[in-house]
Amino acid sequence: MDKSVNKQYYRKDMSIFWWTRKWTHIRFILRELTSLSVAFFALEIVLLFFSVSRGPEGYQTFVAVISNPILIILNFIAFVGLIFHSVTWFDLAPKAMVIKVGKRPLPAIVIAGSNYMGWIVVSVLIFWFLTENT
Amino acid sequence: METIEIEVFRYQPEKGSDPAFQTYEIPLNKDWVILDALNHIKDHIDGSLSFRWSCRMGVCGSCGMVVNGKPVLTCATFLEKFAPGPVRIEPLDNFPVVRDLVIEMSDFLDKLQKVKPWIIREEEGSTEEEYLQTPSQLADYKQYSMCINCMLCYSACPVYGLEPGFTGPAALALAQRYNMDSRDQGNRDRMEALSDDTGMWQCTFVGDCSAVCPKNVDPAGAIQRYKVEGATHWWKTLLLPYGKDR
Ligand code: SF4
Ligand code: FES
Repeated sequence: MDKSVNKQYYRKDMSIFWWTRKWTHIRFILRELTSLSVAFFALEIVLLFFSVSRGPEGYQTFVAVISNPILIILNFIAFVGLIFHSVTWFDLAPKAMVIKVGKRPLPAIVIAGSNYMGWIVVSVLIFWFLTENT
Repeated sequence: METIEIEVFRYQPEKGSDPAFQTYEIPLNKDWVILDALNHIKDHIDGSLSFRWSCRMGVCGSCGMVVNGKPVLTCATFLEKFAPGPVRIEPLDNFPVVRDLVIEMSDFLDKLQKVKPWIIREEEGSTEEEYLQTPSQLADYKQYSMCINCMLCYSACPVYGLEPGFTGPAALALAQRYNMDSRDQGNRDRMEALSDDTGMWQCTFVGDCSAVCPKNVDPAGAIQRYKVEGATHWWKTLLLPYGKDR
């Protein structure tokens, strides 16, 4: 490394706003930031389980708290973020997963598609479980 | 004849002046690539302009520059595409500039060395021995072997810009080129060198390296696959502490 350090050389500094100049960079930062949405929902679910474990009253309190308009807006924003995060994540999956069947790797669309299918199946199962039990 | 304005980044340390853009007006020749335009300037307008090139056919990888904000091979990019202009030509980003459009690349060369880009055998066989390979085994790594070391991917990589210690796209793709070669047994050696905080985990998957690569090497894909392998390796050493991966 030190070989290249020469004060005659010109070095361009990178501004901290480097990511604002290109759509691919903005999208990347959004993908990273929307992981906060994932954390938000994970936390919410933990709190939900926690309140349910304390009986009907605990659940009522939980519902009362999250019915607060601010929390509804926050949930909505986090939901949009979560969808963005999930979609960009699944679209990247074929890059990391190369599965060979016989002599050929599976096409990217099959890998991404099976991720989406898994997502849909799990969502439908959860939906069914919730509606069947209420 | 139609003309086009070219704004060229100039840095001449011997003059002690700050870098600046210099504008040249040149003919808009439909057959010209950017490199022809630069050669026209050098031959007919300003002989002091410095830049690198050699093969003029997208093979040697020495003519990479940033044209209108995007790293490209200047011998493979037509001038006409940028009409009516102006066209802004800069040296590759993320590297120190020696002068004008010429960058200092020894950091990149060191990184190539670091990934041990050669076939490693646990035991050296005799020179008579052949290591056969099927077309399907060749296909496993062929894409990664197409790299021409043009460094466009380093110029496009914000992680390399922010963390100069990062091994970077082309070198990691080259590591994978050997890891995935059925004749190679050096995977564990390379894994050790590339699992530290300058290796694959530095990559945050912006993906621009693959977008700019003129040879479709897809370094971003190579690195993500390497991460999957790195994580698997880590689990194995955790769960099978006495296994052969240790
Ligand atoms: S991976 Fe592609 S962009 Fe990077 S050095 Fe190799 S050929 Fe150039
Ligand atoms: S001059 Fe060789 S790649 Fe452009």
